[in-house]
Amino acid sequence: MAMRLPDPGGRFGDFGGQYLPESLVPACQELEAAFRLAWADPGFLGEYHSILRDYAGRPTPVTECHNLSQQLGVRVLLKREDLTHTGSHKINNVIGQALLTRRMGKRQVVAETGAGQHGVATATACALFGLECVVYMGEVDVERQALNVFRMKLLGAEVHPVSSGSRTLKDAINEAMRHWVATVESTHYCLGSVMGPHPYPWMVREFQRVVGDEAREQARAVLGGSDPDYVVACVGGGSNAAGTFAGFVDTDARLVGVEPAGGAAIGKGIPGVVHGSKSFLLQDEHGQVLEAHSISAGLDYPGVGPEHAHLASLGRARYVAAGDAEVLEALQLLSRSEGIIPALEPAHALAWIVRAAGSDELPEGSTVLMTLSGRGDKDAQQVMELLG
Amino acid sequence: MSEVVPLEATLRQRRDGGRKLLVPYVTGGLGADWLDVIRAYADAGADAVEVGLAFSDPVMDGPTIQAASQRALEQGATPSGVVAALGSADVGVPLVVMTYYNVVFRSGHRRFAAALRDNGVAGAIVPDLPLEELDDWDRAATDGGVETVLLASPVTPDDRLARLVERTRGFVYGVGLMGVTGERERVAASTSILAKRLKAATDKPVIIGFGVSTPAHAAEVATEADGVIVASALMRKRLDGAGPQELGAVVAGLRAALDAL
Ligand SMILES: Cc1ncc(COP(=O)(O)O)c(C=O)c1O
Repeated sequence: MAMRLPDPGGRFGDFGGQYLPESLVPACQELEAAFRLAWADPGFLGEYHSILRDYAGRPTPVTECHNLSQQLGVRVLLKREDLTHTGSHKINNVIGQALLTRRMGKRQVVAETGAGQHGVATATACALFGLECVVYMGEVDVERQALNVFRMKLLGAEVHPVSSGSRTLKDAINEAMRHWVATVESTHYCLGSVMGPHPYPWMVREFQRVVGDEAREQARAVLGGSDPDYVVACVGGGSNAAGTFAGFVDTDARLVGVEPAGGAAIGKGIPGVVHGSKSFLLQDEHGQVLEAHSISAGLDYPGVGPEHAHLASLGRARYVAAGDAEVLEALQLLSRSEGIIPALEPAHALAWIVRAAGSDELPEGSTVLMTLSGRGDKDAQQVMELLG
Repeated sequence: MSEVVPLEATLRQRRDGGRKLLVPYVTGGLGADWLDVIRAYADAGADAVEVGLAFSDPVMDGPTIQAASQRALEQGATPSGVVAALGSADVGVPLVVMTYYNVVFRSGHRRFAAALRDNGVAGAIVPDLPLEELDDWDRAATDGGVETVLLASPVTPDDRLARLVERTRGFVYGVGLMGVTGERERVAASTSILAKRLKAATDKPVIIGFGVSTPAHAAEVATEADGVIVASALMRKRLDGAGPQELGAVVAGLRAALDAL
């Protein structure tokens, strides 16, 4: 059965593992043990869920898009992670990891961020829990997500622009790991997606499964007890997709992950190892990691979480791609038809639905649940410039 | 084609003869005369030479080695090209490559091991391949006659340290501090503690790297350890334009400090 525990080495089939420098091995072992205990501890679970409820605004609703559905000929339901505190699903994971940080007695948190949503969520949780917060962000992203940089600073975080490599998410992760190696005894690395070394892919999926668990019940209420035919989410590292899929993996729903065309690790990558785990990776014939290119800072990453590589290999989930132009179209379509401005990342998922609706890939009359992973405010400036 | 000069046997013999071990580093393919840098190191008294195969995402490296790696890649260095070039180096001291696991994995374990062996490279250091992930590569390396050097850290617990020194080949690489490669003002306090722990745990050569930046540092570290690895201090000069002669002189200075112990 897919989406249960990884094997003891942290593997999902052939993917995952713990490809780490020796200096970080004890910290990841400590984290795994702490998470395992916490996740079985009713006290921890109670606190996690009550913070998600009272602070982060869960459960988030499922909204049926009547106008859009009529236009597309498929019935579209949105899981509204854009309505959480801080405006994306990232808060679910961060609350869990902040609670763990406190449990492990660490006082500082380091994080990477692409779109800035994970950075903002981390800075928010650190403010709430009284933890020091250091965020690494590629220079390209500092520029295109300037609003989120300011939000992080307002929340008391230290933001370090990263000028190496592609100056995007991949390089922010490199710098966060370098920071972590030097501070590991007092610092927790709050990774923002289902990637990295074991236990992160498993732990982050578990902290995000609240999205799928809620959505499954909510979709049944809307669909008269049935599950949706299709469940769709965008995939950068893959955390909103993993959390969503976890709620539906044992139903008959077809799972579809949408990668950016310029960073389609599953679509165009081959197995490789970067940032601590084995997964599909955009790389050259010598094993050098290639730069991704996407309009969306949150999906601009050449790798993907290992469990998605496994789901793809099993055939349990299908991975498709959406290009920048159709993503911009989809963003505008949802804004005008439903009065919901999505972030560029989930606009990828919608772009695929728009393209596929009525074809064999997504036949007319199907029901589709899509996770709207975040709201579009952070992208307003960038989209304004792109649309001229 | 160079003959492989074995790593552990050579280092043990030299150490047991009362010599402190010196392993300077060079980024393979950085500058047209990088093979001459290796020769200059050997002539200046290096006991082995560590050759970096540049990787796009070197997470254990600080700014200097990152810059050296990036420049080598821009100059067209490839892992297979650098290894093939080592085949003609013939320097008479053991060579050990240092690279990240994806380079090894992409090449294929057996193919990578064979390329090293065929080109006179004795050993490999793969810093993102801990004990947990070692088996597949280690089997191929052992079958192919390549010595895989494992890294020990100040936070490695004792029971793990025991397993690690048991499985390492060539020498044990002590990472003297918590952090990435790069020059430091002074030797970290964690360095001598780790060196002592390693010496108590194994008879294999114990060589310490990370933050060993000057002859005085080298001498300080080598009072506990069997030797030192020096990388960033050399690569900073290399990036600033130093050629084989100047780098050889730096290595000679390190050699003199070690020989004075
Ligand atoms: C709104 C939103 N959705 C999706 C993502 C991509 O992350 P993941 O694939 O882990 O869900 C991000 C990342 O920044 C994001 O901000």
